[in-house]
Amino acid sequence: MSRKAFSLVAVVTAVLVILAFSDARAQSAVPATKAQKSPAGNSQNGKRLFTSYGCYECHGYQAEVTSVVGPRLGPDPISFPAFVEYVRQPTGEMPPFTSKVITDAELADIYAFLQSLPRPTNADSIPALK
Amino acid sequence: MSKKGFIDRRGFLTGVAAGGMATLVGSPGVAVQQPPVPQPASAPMLPKEVDPPNADVLVMDRSGSDFMVDVLKSLGFEYVAANPGSSFRGLHESVINYGGNQAPEFITCCHEESAIALAHGYAKIAGKPMCVFLHSIVGLQHGSMAIFNAYCDRVPVYLIVGNTINAAMRRPGLEWNHSVQDAAAMVRDSTKWDDLPVSLPHFAESAVRAYKIAMTAPTMPVLLVADSELQEGPISKDSGFHIPKLTLAAPPQGDSGAVAEAARLLVGAENPVIVADRAAHTPAGMAHLIELAELLQAAVISQSGRMNFPSRHPLNQTDRGRTVISGADVILGLELTDFWGTVHSFRDQILRTSKSTTRDDAKLISISAGDLYVKGNYQDIQRYPEVDLVIAADAETTLPSLIEAVQRLLTSERKRMLQDRGASLAEAHHKTFERARSDATYGWESSPITTARLSAELWAQIKNEDWSLVSDVGFISRWPLRLWNFDKHYQFIGGAGGAGLGYGPPSSAGAALANKKYGRLSVSIQGDGDLLYAPGILWTTAHHHIPLLSVVHNNREYHQEVMHVQRMANRHNRGVTRAGIGTTIQDPNIDFAKIAQGMGVHAEGPIIDPNDLAPAISRAIEVVKRGEPALIDVYTEPR
Repeated sequence: MSRKAFSLVAVVTAVLVILAFSDARAQSAVPATKAQKSPAGNSQNGKRLFTSYGCYECHGYQAEVTSVVGPRLGPDPISFPAFVEYVRQPTGEMPPFTSKVITDAELADIYAFLQSLPRPTNADSIPALK
Repeated sequence: MSKKGFIDRRGFLTGVAAGGMATLVGSPGVAVQQPPVPQPASAPMLPKEVDPPNADVLVMDRSGSDFMVDVLKSLGFEYVAANPGSSFRGLHESVINYGGNQAPEFITCCHEESAIALAHGYAKIAGKPMCVFLHSIVGLQHGSMAIFNAYCDRVPVYLIVGNTINAAMRRPGLEWNHSVQDAAAMVRDSTKWDDLPVSLPHFAESAVRAYKIAMTAPTMPVLLVADSELQEGPISKDSGFHIPKLTLAAPPQGDSGAVAEAARLLVGAENPVIVADRAAHTPAGMAHLIELAELLQAAVISQSGRMNFPSRHPLNQTDRGRTVISGADVILGLELTDFWGTVHSFRDQILRTSKSTTRDDAKLISISAGDLYVKGNYQDIQRYPEVDLVIAADAETTLPSLIEAVQRLLTSERKRMLQDRGASLAEAHHKTFERARSDATYGWESSPITTARLSAELWAQIKNEDWSLVSDVGFISRWPLRLWNFDKHYQFIGGAGGAGLGYGPPSSAGAALANKKYGRLSVSIQGDGDLLYAPGILWTTAHHHIPLLSVVHNNREYHQEVMHVQRMANRHNRGVTRAGIGTTIQDPNIDFAKIAQGMGVHAEGPIIDPNDLAPAISRAIEVVKRGEPALIDVYTEPR
């Protein structure tokens, strides 16, 4: 946040945050099907790209965020075609990443990173979450 | 000077020449005999300015600022926060000596913005304003951002700014730079009322009036100018100046007919939703909202302006906000900052677009004191909402009559139907809470540490204490409100109001100061960029032994701005890899623990391994329980 008050959008976002983030569902709610297999990607490079391209700013370093700024992306991401389509032409607040900015091969690496993310532990097994 | 009981500097000195100090102080207002001045026979010659005789009488028994302190004491101020400044040196000295530095006690701040934000946070816990002294011009300019925050947040803050009105009495040099014709002008758009008293009786009357105005809904900052001559001039011990009685105005209650119509709409609705923002300004407001919601078995969305509704109440549907809004047939807004934004979505792409998120047949009801006081310059009024029923009144004050009106309309059959609705909402609430617990497990072991884990680890160690979260939650994905059990009014105080940085640390300190006498454990989750604005507040907490646990959410960037620059880079199709330029706080990373330690605060960090977090929190809590501040610097996810 700048020393000035938020920009218009940020102000609106601040008010809408209660309404919007709450219904933010992880995109992993729609896992990839066998018919929509993703191309083989390099998850290590994908992890690096996820940081260098600033994906983590909205989604978290582990793509774990569930808030108004971005839904959780892994470890069960949406299908690869849907993933690419949304990145190129988002329908919500996410800014577009064209092929000039991120290549399809790089997206495949990021997708592999999302698939490689560890599955979480059950909340009941974590003392701080009981 | 001839006003009863008051003698200005020049009059004081000439009076001393005539009668001596003791006589003078005991006999104010006595006309002083002046020796005849020989008049020239020809053209008049203006005499050269000279000091009055016997100008070396240098002490007095009582000053105007002593009386000002009497006035402040009559208003019940516990504290006065300030960064010292010569234009209120008289008041300063009277507070600490004449007033005994008790009620009000002087709280030393290292920046005026901190002093005002401290008062801002204090008011939201104490339910009454703190006094703040400000140095003329420069102090007020330093504090102007914090005044704006309090104005937007509708919080009473009581400001007194020094000034030297009389040009003939100003010291040459800086006192001229620090004097102004209309001191309040620069903050008039963000204060509710101001005045420039020209006598001590005037000061007393305006001081009491200012307090009343600040505390009348909608509550806001007020400002008095304390002229330095009024402060420093002598008065007699028996001046007899009157301090008017303070009577606070009963807050405005909604029109009975309009309230009855609101009740009719709510009782008849199939899916009513109550949305509250700055609604509950006292514990009673929260109790009233619970009663209304339970009567109606209505969904409640608590926007984060105040602690409106228990986080784990089955009717709390805050985390399903968009869903319940889109399905509602009646939406009751209580003190909403932005009703339009509550019922619209907004898309920030090249072409900014918006659309309504409500049903076409939805009826919108607003109860807000915001309609009673609007200024034109600052645009915090937000977009104009198309509402069906507007009640210009204080929502908290109106709730009891709305509850009565609803009770009159509820039949036994209708109550049975509503129970089914309540059961459905309770089930949805439970699922949402369980989903939040599950969501919090993602990235549990990762570093940077997730804000979910940060919040969960804190909660695990404070949940059995009498705790109070004295910071906002917007930049940590609202995790505390999603995971913790908030059920007391003092457990949450909302945010800055005007979104101006520099608010968080001092407002947390002010709230913790108000919590101190109740023995509450005050906890603040503090952004790094916010703390960097005026970290001197850490010294204030150490110096005044303010028990506050500050956990620095150190994402090492101005995250909101990173996203904005990324958005522009994407829009311009240039790639986002350089968005960190000008937006990140790295190279070097800031060691907030060292900063805090240098100011006398127990501090640990940076905590990088998430498994080091719980032990650090435990050690810090022990320090806070001893009545001292503590800080933990945690390397965290962006939000």
